[in-house]
Amino acid sequence: MTQPELRTRPPPTGPAATTRGRRRPANHRRRGVPRGLWIALLLAPALLVVGVFFLTGITQAVAQSLGYQPFLPGWRLSLDAYQGMFTDPAVRASLLLTARIAIIPTVLSAVLGVSAALLIRRLGRSRNWVSGIFQANLAVPHLVGALCMLLLLSQGGLLSRVSHAAGFTDTPAAFPALTGDEFGWAIIAAYVWKETPFLTVIALAALGRGVDDLENAARSLGARPWQRLVHVTLPVITPAVAGGAVLVFAFTAGSYEVPYLLGRPFPATLPVVALQHYNATDLTARPEAMAVAVVITVLSGLMVAAYLFIAGRLARRSL
Amino acid sequence: MTTTSRRVAAGAAPTQEATEPVARRPLSVRTGQRLLVGLLLVAVLLPLVPLLIWSVAGQWRYPDMLPQQLSLRGVGLLVDPRSDILQGLGTSAGIATAVAVLACLIGFPAGRAIGLYRFRGRRAVQFLLLSPVIVPGLAVTLGIQVFFVRYHLSDSILGVVPVQLMPTVPYAAIILGAAFANLDIDYERQARALGAGPVRVLLFVTVPLLRPAIAVAALLTFLISWSEYVLTLLIGGGQVKTLPLLLFAAIGSSDTTAAAALAVLVIAPPLLLVVAATRLLSGRSGNGVGFGRL
Repeated sequence: MTQPELRTRPPPTGPAATTRGRRRPANHRRRGVPRGLWIALLLAPALLVVGVFFLTGITQAVAQSLGYQPFLPGWRLSLDAYQGMFTDPAVRASLLLTARIAIIPTVLSAVLGVSAALLIRRLGRSRNWVSGIFQANLAVPHLVGALCMLLLLSQGGLLSRVSHAAGFTDTPAAFPALTGDEFGWAIIAAYVWKETPFLTVIALAALGRGVDDLENAARSLGARPWQRLVHVTLPVITPAVAGGAVLVFAFTAGSYEVPYLLGRPFPATLPVVALQHYNATDLTARPEAMAVAVVITVLSGLMVAAYLFIAGRLARRSL
Repeated sequence: MTTTSRRVAAGAAPTQEATEPVARRPLSVRTGQRLLVGLLLVAVLLPLVPLLIWSVAGQWRYPDMLPQQLSLRGVGLLVDPRSDILQGLGTSAGIATAVAVLACLIGFPAGRAIGLYRFRGRRAVQFLLLSPVIVPGLAVTLGIQVFFVRYHLSDSILGVVPVQLMPTVPYAAIILGAAFANLDIDYERQARALGAGPVRVLLFVTVPLLRPAIAVAALLTFLISWSEYVLTLLIGGGQVKTLPLLLFAAIGSSDTTAAAALAVLVIAPPLLLVVAATRLLSGRSGNGVGFGRL
């Protein structure tokens, strides 16, 4: 095929034959470029970026976790890093914490986000500015979110002062330790605060597409409010929200700043452990840092698969 | 077309106002809803309150609910020429602008390929473009850092900008791909039939038609770069001091007022940009999808 074939439309009806003796427009030279090559050229810069950084990064992380050290003599392949990782108490403690601070915010923000979207949708004139505030929250960097939680939840923070004023606690130490704690309360709070508006916006977008008509149809067929919610509204927005929730899960499991600032050095989340090992003065800790990075990558790779699976279902369902 | 793009795509389409559902519910239900919405807004805004107060607090000892003294010391520290902050503001803005421009330039052709053409391996390309969005940058950057050091790209903006393209190019490509999928290609054909060359078609037909999507892609990639911490730390080696790095250090110090004032400076530009772009990001479109990783 010599023509750039476009999606569903028929090929243009003949080249611009109406050029009336002028030179043909230069873009018609492209008709000489094979279609495959043209697509490859269009994709080349983006694939180069992703290929060079992303694929090299992953390959290198795997290779270095197996003991390979580029630019350094005397390396040998071994599985020591992985063996070390599975006996390392820091990593073992980290798995549970990482799962906790990823799963709880994901579930909570999905539930809260959908509820908030259902509420906001019913608002009248105020809907625009209420959803505007939710959107503005999306632009706040997670790093700032972590500082906010520190100032709000720490033992000298605003909530602790409120609790003092209300007569519940006398000293900062009497207030429960929510930051730098073992459970990760402040980390969870920071993520829920940041991700709920994100999923709200996604759910609102999904609700905008013809759900009203479906609900009215269900109503005229005699469906009660609860039935409409469970059998019409929720099924329509679930794929979009689930896709968003996968992004949230992968992000919360893999980000560094929030758990570093709001958590403890031990137990720490997997990304924090990876960086601790990486920054260790002992260079032999590098392979183990890479092994942790590989574990994070494999876990998030599973998330990509889940995301695509959900996204595929979304395509079939879209209205 | 695929779903990721479809979800993001809605932004480019004209927003249609759906008919309001009939609000004939009893007053008590509506009051209850207002209360719940009020509660939500409090929950969204409350964490920002101590931040804002601390940024202008001179002294705020436990257990007082309000500072003992207010002061502009925090604001003063921001503009103090001896601190790195003004320089950091410039570095951050420069890097984020460069990243946004480059990501859009790279994402534009890729979006055209994904959005307009059906070809073998299209799913694989989409998978590849999507993976950096989901796989944490930290894990990937640990592996390549050694190469940046080897080729003298670490510790400088020359390394930080390219590495930040990794999380941003996929978003630009996905958003623009969705926009291209909704583009009516006949406009380009007409322009071509009327004798416009490829450059004129691009500049006067394609780009204007895609302007909303390009604006969203640029905004999003700017914001991702603006809030990036780990990649800048690992590749910049602490030498490229963007605002997030300075803020991270400030949070670790004991000067809460300084950290809070700096945090306010960090969130001001994104908030202004988002407010300015409210129309583009309207609740109906799925354009918010990229914000998950800020």
